[in-house]
Amino acid sequence: MISVLNTIRTMTKEELKYSFTQIFPAVTFDESGEFLVAIIPSEELLPVMKELRSKPELYFDYLFCETCIDWKDHLMMVYFLNSKTHNHTLVVKAKITDTLNPQIESVYDIWKTAELNEDEIFDLFGVRFLNHPNLRRLFLEEDWVGFPLRKNYVDEHMIEL
Amino acid sequence: MLLGEEDYITEDGEFVINMGPQHPSTHGVLRLKVWLDGETIKKVEPHLGYIHRSIEKMSESLSYRQYGYLTSRMDYLSAHINNLACALVVEKALQVEVPARAQAIRIIISELTRIGSHLLWFASAGLDLGGVTPFFYAFREREAINSIMDENCGARLTQNFMVPGGIIYDVRPDFQSRVKEVLKQFKDNFHEYNEILTGNVIFQNRLKDVGILTKEDAIAFGCTGPTARASGLNCDIRKMYPYDGYEKLQFDEVISTGCDSWARYEVRMAEMLQSVRIIEQLIDNIPEGDIVAKTKNVIKLPKGEFYQRVETARGELGVYIVSDGGSTPYRCKYRSPNFANLSAIPHIARGYKIGDLIAIMATIDLIIPDIDR
Amino acid sequence: MEERSVEMGLKDKLEFPGQIHETPDGGFMITKLDDVINWARSNSIWPLAFGTSCCAIEMMHTVNAKYDWSRFGFEVMRATPRQSDLIIVSGTIVMKMAPVLKRLYDQMPEPKYVIAMGACTISGGPFFYNTYSVVKGIDHIIPVDVYVPGCPPRPEALLHSMITLQEKIKNDAYYRTQVDKK
Ligand code: SF4
Repeated sequence: MISVLNTIRTMTKEELKYSFTQIFPAVTFDESGEFLVAIIPSEELLPVMKELRSKPELYFDYLFCETCIDWKDHLMMVYFLNSKTHNHTLVVKAKITDTLNPQIESVYDIWKTAELNEDEIFDLFGVRFLNHPNLRRLFLEEDWVGFPLRKNYVDEHMIEL
Repeated sequence: MLLGEEDYITEDGEFVINMGPQHPSTHGVLRLKVWLDGETIKKVEPHLGYIHRSIEKMSESLSYRQYGYLTSRMDYLSAHINNLACALVVEKALQVEVPARAQAIRIIISELTRIGSHLLWFASAGLDLGGVTPFFYAFREREAINSIMDENCGARLTQNFMVPGGIIYDVRPDFQSRVKEVLKQFKDNFHEYNEILTGNVIFQNRLKDVGILTKEDAIAFGCTGPTARASGLNCDIRKMYPYDGYEKLQFDEVISTGCDSWARYEVRMAEMLQSVRIIEQLIDNIPEGDIVAKTKNVIKLPKGEFYQRVETARGELGVYIVSDGGSTPYRCKYRSPNFANLSAIPHIARGYKIGDLIAIMATIDLIIPDIDR
Repeated sequence: MEERSVEMGLKDKLEFPGQIHETPDGGFMITKLDDVINWARSNSIWPLAFGTSCCAIEMMHTVNAKYDWSRFGFEVMRATPRQSDLIIVSGTIVMKMAPVLKRLYDQMPEPKYVIAMGACTISGGPFFYNTYSVVKGIDHIIPVDVYVPGCPPRPEALLHSMITLQEKIKNDAYYRTQVDKK
């Protein structure tokens, strides 16, 4: 019983930072916001995420939000992770520098909810997800040109305010 | 019903049909492509976008006072709670203290919204499964709630009542007595709902052991709200990350371990009573005072990222704002509860009959504009 | 007194169109075939159960006991376009939905009517500026008979629009045009 109590424990930001550097040392942290943010290069995403999901003291089993931000010179994938057992939260950001042909590994194998989320991001930002089971345009028609949520998207039918 | 893509039979004899976008039981314009072997579902693939209104793109060009108004068109049955999320995220970023009176009124109105939303779910669930009478019973109470909204918030459906800092105007002097009246009517009539639907054997048999969603799957698919709570998952944001003074109130998080459609039905029914309980604690103790905290005319958020979640009638709504210091959001993302709940449908519907798919959809209670945004 | 006259006016409208001539053993009636057909048509409109978003909820409220559109002869909601003669477009129409709406309209048998309910269907409404996917008014796709403004319109407004549509139908010469065509 005591051992169970010991293992179920919410980690503080410091502890999360320590555990994260154990997995991937070349990480940069951003602590300005509410959650701890760990920024990693996009190529390293999958192994890091696998570790985060499987390590018993971290055990991030719940991906509650996945999205992308267009910063003009690079794209930033954002993953909000939470552990339902330990109840700690971590934000992982993966930086994609190639904006012309952005691609990143899919995390569908780890969290099933990623499937539709990644379809949506592909649709609106044009990020290609490698090893995704069924990558398609989710919201717009198949023949839609451009990715609307990118900052450089132009649409002549759009009436600007 | 889509142009150029008709129903067909695959090489291994599976019949592929398109349910939607115009289908009465999809509650809007969801299109599900269903692979059938006889009547058994082999595979379901959701096709979305028939009501994709580019709300996230529009939010990028609207100010922090305006952008919330679009969210009442997202999940229109929880319009107040969506607006609340947008107001809360601005308050969090600016570190504004909301007056106690505004908080109390916000909670009362949110919980009324929740009851109204669950009533509509009750009506449409009955309708989908072939009972027309519950529809009329539930709408009687929904109309009563709507008229409170009408009197105090100025509109019946898309109210835009919560603004950054508080609420937009004060409630009318007869607010308390009207709410009490409606609650009394609701409680007096609640037994009728149980008599007409809960106790109905046909209804029970259509829901029991249909659409099993285990706790592990609920976590993996990111399900929240009553859908996940019926699988034994603690996920009530009002308890876990309380906002607006929910921590001071006494109420239970309704959890069931049934995991099937029936459990989801029961959880929602019990939640309505919990909402009544919350309102009853507050309605006689609305503090006097201001209704809105002072904020600048043009709100500018500090540079950074802000995430705020609230519990809508269908689960966890997250508003994620990335600000570059300007007067409009740089990027605005809505983590919608229905989107995540929908992603579980292909998994839980597999192996059931096509008629059960309707039961599953009825109890998961999707609002399509919230999925598509 | 005031109320009374309103009631009488309504009664006149709902009355069977034609003149009744009393004779000692009963009576007879003269009317136009068009009037009878229109009278019958306008009081038994079957709307299609079509709702895409928020406005559909107000439509459901109009169906319900408090507003109850059956009083005016909109009794039966149909789920298939082939059995309905009125489509109430309640909710935003986006580019992807536009062909579907057109197809639904095409599948309805003649004569058919369209009510555009809500700001979205009239012009795009709240989704007019800075949006890449919304159709700015369904009259780009299908012809509209009655427009109901509001976001969402109140049920009373929808009822009013339906009564307006009934008036339009009553003044129609549908039968005659059909005969003329042949
Ligand atoms: S007019 Fe308003 S209420 Fe109606 S569909 Fe459009 S946004 Fe929704």
